Amino acid sequence: MYRYDEFDHDFVKARVADFSDQVERRLAGEITEDQFRPLRLMNGVYLQLHAYMLRIAVPYGTLSSKQMRMLGHIARKYDKGYGHFTTRQNIQFNWPALSDIPAILADLASVEMHAIQTSGNCIRNVTADHFAGAAADEAADPRPYAEILRQWSSVHPEFSYLPRKFKIAVTGAERDRAAIQTHDIGLHLKKNDKGELGFAVYIGGGQGRTPMVAKKIRDFLPEEHLLSYTTAILRVYNLHGRRDNKYKARIKILVHETGVDEIVRQVEHEWQALKDGELRLPEADVAAIQSYFAPPALTARPGGDEAVKLARLDSRSFGDWVDQNVFTHRNPDYAAVTISLKGIGEVPGDATDSQMEAVADIAEKYGFDEIRVSHEQNLILPHVARADLKAVYDALVAIELATSNSNLISDIIACPGLDYCALANARSIPVAQEISRRFASLERQRDIGELKLKISGCINACGHHHVGHIGILGVEKKGAELYQVTLGGSADEHTSVGEIIGRGFGPEEITDAIETIVETYLGIRLDRSEKFLDAYRRVGPAPFKEALYASEAKAA
Amino acid sequence: MKILTANRLTDGEAVWFAADGTWAETIDVAETVGDKAGEARLEAIGKAAYDNNEVVDVNLIDVSVVNGAIQPLRLREVIRAAGPSNRLDLGKQARPAAGAA
Repeated sequence: MYRYDEFDHDFVKARVADFSDQVERRLAGEITEDQFRPLRLMNGVYLQLHAYMLRIAVPYGTLSSKQMRMLGHIARKYDKGYGHFTTRQNIQFNWPALSDIPAILADLASVEMHAIQTSGNCIRNVTADHFAGAAADEAADPRPYAEILRQWSSVHPEFSYLPRKFKIAVTGAERDRAAIQTHDIGLHLKKNDKGELGFAVYIGGGQGRTPMVAKKIRDFLPEEHLLSYTTAILRVYNLHGRRDNKYKARIKILVHETGVDEIVRQVEHEWQALKDGELRLPEADVAAIQSYFAPPALTARPGGDEAVKLARLDSRSFGDWVDQNVFTHRNPDYAAVTISLKGIGEVPGDATDSQMEAVADIAEKYGFDEIRVSHEQNLILPHVARADLKAVYDALVAIELATSNSNLISDIIACPGLDYCALANARSIPVAQEISRRFASLERQRDIGELKLKISGCINACGHHHVGHIGILGVEKKGAELYQVTLGGSADEHTSVGEIIGRGFGPEEITDAIETIVETYLGIRLDRSEKFLDAYRRVGPAPFKEALYASEAKAA
Repeated sequence: MKILTANRLTDGEAVWFAADGTWAETIDVAETVGDKAGEARLEAIGKAAYDNNEVVDVNLIDVSVVNGAIQPLRLREVIRAAGPSNRLDLGKQARPAAGAA
């Protein structure tokens, strides 16, 4: 894992001191809310419906046990005993007092964490494949490059006041688990024919009010040009991105309005002046950062498969969990484990203080001290010996985090929605809970197969509804909640934006509508191997519309 | 009918301006007004409290009074007055006094 050097420590400490002073002056009435608001936002402090909210950065979703334990401590001491893991691989606390935030930030700094750039029109937390460094299918670990981007983008003087926020994601595998094509910049780390590392570069993806799939503008950018090329993109955006209209200010709109060819021409022109300058990454620097991410010493642990086989005979639920939540590791003696934060009827992404501490203990004992937060709002143990899977499973059962539903219909992404969020128009959490309960049967979920259901409580799309196989968007219509359904979205290497299927559904209708959609799929699929998304792409919306609305049409 | 609401500066707690001139932590004691003059008076109180760094995010909101109880018209304000609808153990709704008497 990355460890702060002296510069990082001093930088974060200085920021804590700065912000503590600003909070003190605000509470003393020496600065106004208008003056304070941008300062608190730069430090991750929002004001929501019930209280302030603190969003803490988890760079590329990687946490140590010590850091996770500190998050549990903060949840208990300063909040209400839980935290919410987000689609940006961060964590949010929903109830901190402003007067406690300096102490929280000091606690975070003691474990090399902070809340800098988790809000504002700057480059936000760089996200990465949650199986980075463990997945059998990756060309290389993308996190060293995410860390290079983090260092470069932290309080970058030129890019701290962009037209709008800016999000970057990096993956190291062909199979995109980091949703790179929904980002302002998406980077796919890969090797060329000569075995050299570089990036396919995508720009202009995004969700929100105007969803766009990113355009690939380079198939292979040699790794040493990562920062020069990214700077060129940011410069073009910073200069030409629209500042007159916040709804048109993201780079996706600039790319769309200017045209890809012209944007590429401008980026390449800018890059020519930068590529051989100081931003070119020296090999030694890349190697130094990579050394922080050296994989743990995975000692040989033969006999894992036999142990799993025997344990399966004893416990069917363990077998279900292995089938659903265990992911292939590049080392055959090991596995990556998804800890579902989607217990049936629970709040997607929430974990209690004691669950956080217990996960920290499990990671320390069985997982080389490493935990990931996935953008799908689960936790990951990236390196677990197969021989230890049963022990890990038992430990997760004890803290009620052993739900076997990874990639199934109850593995729902949901934003906090109107239960917490000042921007939301409708609730998300209760909708997710009810759908989860309706499809509680694991047997039924597995029969349905892979199905990504994503819910947002407003058009800002924090719940990624545009790219859900089934997406649900909550809106307010005539003072009541209404839920629009989109079908056919996807956030993988074949990213697509879902299509609105028809009129929306009230809170009492939405779960039935989802069930109708699922039953329709089960009726039209060619066989069990045809997933929901594939079936939708084959047949289109017609049978789903028919199932949802035909009776109305006839009645009319 | 309208009432005045805000969040307290120090801890972000949702508060409502009460008839006794304080910012109350529950909606039931909020002062209701039914005319433009009343609204203007509450707005001025809100602006003064904002300028005085007592509260932030000050808003006049629509309510109705049903059987003597103040009920916000928008769901957003219903949730602010109660707490998260999925966590009845949190927010105002979790207080022993809430809903009593």
